[in-house]
Amino acid sequence: MSFGTMFLQMGAGMGKSLLIFALTLLFSMPLGMIVAFGRMSKNKIIQTAVKFYISVMRGTPLMLQLLVIFYGPYYLFGMNIGSRFAAVIVGFSLNYAAYFAEIYRSGIQSIPVGQYEAANVLGYSKTQTFMLIILPQVIKRILPAVTNEIITLVKDTSLAFAIAYQEMFTIGKQIAASQTSFLPFVIAGVFYYVMNLMVAFAMDKAEEKLSYYR
Amino acid sequence: MDILNINHLRKSFGDLEVIKDISITVKEGEVLSIIGPSGSGKSTVLRCATMLETMDGGDLVYLGEYAAKDENGVSVYADKANLQKAKSNFGLVFQNFNLFPHYSVLKNVMDAPVRVQKRSVEEAEKTARELLEQMGLADKADAYPHQLSGGQQQRVSIARALAMQPKILFFDEPTSALDPELTGEILKVIKELASQDMTMVIVTHEMSFARDVSDKIIFMDNGVIVEEGTPEEVFASENQRMKEFLRRFNG
Ligand SMILES: Nc1ncnc2c1ncn2[C@@H]1O[C@H](COP(=O)(O)OP(=O)(O)O)[C@@H](O)[C@H]1O
Ligand SMILES: [Mg+2]
Repeated sequence: MSFGTMFLQMGAGMGKSLLIFALTLLFSMPLGMIVAFGRMSKNKIIQTAVKFYISVMRGTPLMLQLLVIFYGPYYLFGMNIGSRFAAVIVGFSLNYAAYFAEIYRSGIQSIPVGQYEAANVLGYSKTQTFMLIILPQVIKRILPAVTNEIITLVKDTSLAFAIAYQEMFTIGKQIAASQTSFLPFVIAGVFYYVMNLMVAFAMDKAEEKLSYYR
Repeated sequence: MDILNINHLRKSFGDLEVIKDISITVKEGEVLSIIGPSGSGKSTVLRCATMLETMDGGDLVYLGEYAAKDENGVSVYADKANLQKAKSNFGLVFQNFNLFPHYSVLKNVMDAPVRVQKRSVEEAEKTARELLEQMGLADKADAYPHQLSGGQQQRVSIARALAMQPKILFFDEPTSALDPELTGEILKVIKELASQDMTMVIVTHEMSFARDVSDKIIFMDNGVIVEEGTPEEVFASENQRMKEFLRRFNG
């Protein structure tokens, strides 16, 4: 198999890897905010339930979670989740929401209470206070931690191989095995590395943009 | 006319009774200073008056309207709309400014008038620039808080409070977080406001300032008012605790 063919076959998978990446961010980042609010809820039941959810998501391997989501319904109820893709997106989103939630929570809790009090006395509503005063400062503070998480996500997309979803790395491994070639791994490595260079560049720009205040 | 009445305020934190039956009246144009040792409950009184803390018992009344009314020894607060209205009567200047770091100086001053009071951007900006001018900060409108000295930041926070056109302005130790050489500029601004008949309640450790600027002084200790009256009366008090407190300040 020529390099070109190899690259084209893996290229089809790259689109899927990127899709996992993009959809996971799209779902997990807002979902993480809801989870963070649940974690900080004054309602003990909600708080405990969310705490448990976060500890399970962070305390077990993502690969195992993907297997449970894809095969679990079959063993439990005898029904099949037809779509490997859907299982991947659900699994990744639930997992990453837990990590983002903890980042959001630490960010929100790091904002001095005086910011809330000043906004309160000026008459801002609770929603205005959060959206206008607190959230922008939270975003600035959590950007480095979010960058780490996104970089991890780029590499984690390869875990979709656990349920044989045909993203780039899964295809690469198949080619490597059938062609007894090392080249697919090199292509995969370069792909992840370049992706993360772009992530780091974009996040750098974002941090720069928010560096006008302290 | 009375701008503020606090009647029989009581406040505890857990088992600790911090305020034991305090009543305060502030008339229009009056400057009231609250002095007393640290931990005596001065901030708690201001925080109850500005509704950052809920009162356990007693009334809180702005311009004759009840924000909280004592019913059988328990403060019952008005509904949300009335509380919002009560809130529009006062401003608060914090010890450590609490400016919004991500907003420019101008935006710090004009944002609440626009978002909360729904004033037009043009009008709010005009008012904000006038206030900054008055505070000697006209050239800092586009700066961010971290680029300013503590004294400048505190002047911005005073402008921010004034932009809401409050009937009464509370200060909680407005110079305590400042280097000594910067306290003078803040005290001067407050004196100017006093000369414009701004109604103010000031918690301060600056005794000579309190004596100069106040119409009335309250000396608090351990959650009660020990002495109150004109500056002359209070500073001439024969009360033991008052005398001891003043002695420590006069070194
Ligand atoms: N949120 C709080 N929780 C528990 N205790 C508090 C709280 N705020 C103030 N206190 C206590 O109430 C007392 C009065 O505090 P404060 O009003 O800040 O005094 P001052 O402003 O005169 O120094 C102090 O003993 C303080 O420790
Ligand atoms: Mg205090």
